[in-house]
Amino acid sequence: MSEEFADLYQAIVMDRGRRPRHGVRLADFDATAKGDNPMCGDRVQVWVRRADGGIDAVGFEARGCAISIASADLMVEAVQGRSAGEARALFSAFGTMARTGVCPECAPGLMGAMGALAPLSGVHEYSSRVKCATLPWHALMAALDGTKEASSE
Amino acid sequence: MADFDVDRIRADFPILSQTVRGKPLVFLDSAASAQKPRAVIGAMVHAMENQYANVHRGLHWMSERTTEAYEAARDAAAGLMNAADRSEIVFTANSTGAINLLAHSYGRGVMTPGQAVVISEMEHHSNIVPWQMLRDSHGIELRVAPVTDAGELDMAAFEGLLADGRVGLVAVTHMSNVLGSVTPAARIVALAHGYGAKVMFDGSQAIVHRRIDVQALDCDFYCWTGHKLYGPTGIGVLYGKRALLDRMPPFLGGGDMIASVSFERSTWAEVPHKFEAGTPAIIEGIGLKAAIDYVQAIGYPAMERHESVLTEHAMARLGAIEGVRIVGRAQERGGVISFTLDRAHAHDVATLLDRQGIAVRAGHHCAEPLMRRLGLDSTARASFGVYTTLGEVDALADGLERVRSFFA
Repeated sequence: MSEEFADLYQAIVMDRGRRPRHGVRLADFDATAKGDNPMCGDRVQVWVRRADGGIDAVGFEARGCAISIASADLMVEAVQGRSAGEARALFSAFGTMARTGVCPECAPGLMGAMGALAPLSGVHEYSSRVKCATLPWHALMAALDGTKEASSE
Repeated sequence: MADFDVDRIRADFPILSQTVRGKPLVFLDSAASAQKPRAVIGAMVHAMENQYANVHRGLHWMSERTTEAYEAARDAAAGLMNAADRSEIVFTANSTGAINLLAHSYGRGVMTPGQAVVISEMEHHSNIVPWQMLRDSHGIELRVAPVTDAGELDMAAFEGLLADGRVGLVAVTHMSNVLGSVTPAARIVALAHGYGAKVMFDGSQAIVHRRIDVQALDCDFYCWTGHKLYGPTGIGVLYGKRALLDRMPPFLGGGDMIASVSFERSTWAEVPHKFEAGTPAIIEGIGLKAAIDYVQAIGYPAMERHESVLTEHAMARLGAIEGVRIVGRAQERGGVISFTLDRAHAHDVATLLDRQGIAVRAGHHCAEPLMRRLGLDSTARASFGVYTTLGEVDALADGLERVRSFFA
């Protein structure tokens, strides 16, 4: 029966939604921001530590659905070790993938990172769930931009 | 209709024959908005195709006929609620519009700073925010009556809030959109009146499930919305006792609500038109009339029986699923059931039910303070209408069982 759910809830999404690897508050951080989806009550806070102009480490705490937590967890792996500019490019590409299911031309040079985010592309079939996947990215962008709050509304 | 024939009723609702994601639609989200019978759709189309002009002002045949058709909705609404007079029915956009009208007109125009409004912990945001705005702009205290763990209004605490005699208005739900709890309306009115307070019920959910008799209840105001009662969006009702409506100043100003206008001063039309500024929702009013007629033809006793069979069956089936917790165990309840599933967030539950063609709502249901009181972020909610079948309740339970095993 689970195969009928697998387009959206792939094994890695279920696993990361339940046992995120990076769901921790960083003790030592340079920026933090909260993301809030007022329509559904999902909340996430991300902490960012920078090094050499790039993103050294990211941690998060989230209350929400499996999609939002898995997305936050995969996001951390996608952006750690990258520049803020690369993170922004990934956010833009991921947003397109979440809305449309594909992103053929996007984020050149970041295809490996995009591939790791691809298990979340199934949300495009569920317009109300797209913002679950993008909420942690909005929070990350707010942290990088120095704003405190983000909303996926 | 002596016997309740759900198959015959379903045949009245064209949308129910749809498939969703390749599965037959199981629509269990009527508490958010109900589907529309062909009678409602047809009445609205008929009006637009055959009998339409602006109302209340035209001297021509078409306007007169349209006014009659539109005003017939007022008679129908008065009949549905057993109002003493048709002028006690004020049309609004929806329940939110009705409550804002009341908060503005009664709250600012009749109540005085230092008085209080009592709401409850299980209100929809639409019955919270207008009173907060009144509190902040007009010096009205806002008091919140708690609910018990079972999801019932705590009547002892409620009476305590009335005790100092400063409460001008009690504004509470007649049926919770989250818990399905039906509040003890007659007792609320008796207590409130005993302490000199007026009472408004938000009947958005209740009127779908229970016969409302405003004279027997002796409530002062009662509001509901058309789209949950199988009618169109964009039209709702504020019932008010005539003597109170007469004392209330207008809310919105404009055309249709005046007796005469000059640059020096204007005078107001009689109740209810005093509260109905601008061209009203004419087509929607005509659709609402058809919806009320439809509901009356089925009859509340039959609807209540049908709903209690569905609700009992759903409570038993959902309650038997491992990890499912039904939120709210009120003695008196209607066909709205909130639940949580261990290890799965309500949004994931709703999406995975949707994959099976089953439409439920998930989230805070526009009742964040109640969610906080219950210690929850969100629930999934199934709600029933006249067209809901026992087979659909079984589909929900079976579908939920699949979701449970997926998350196990």
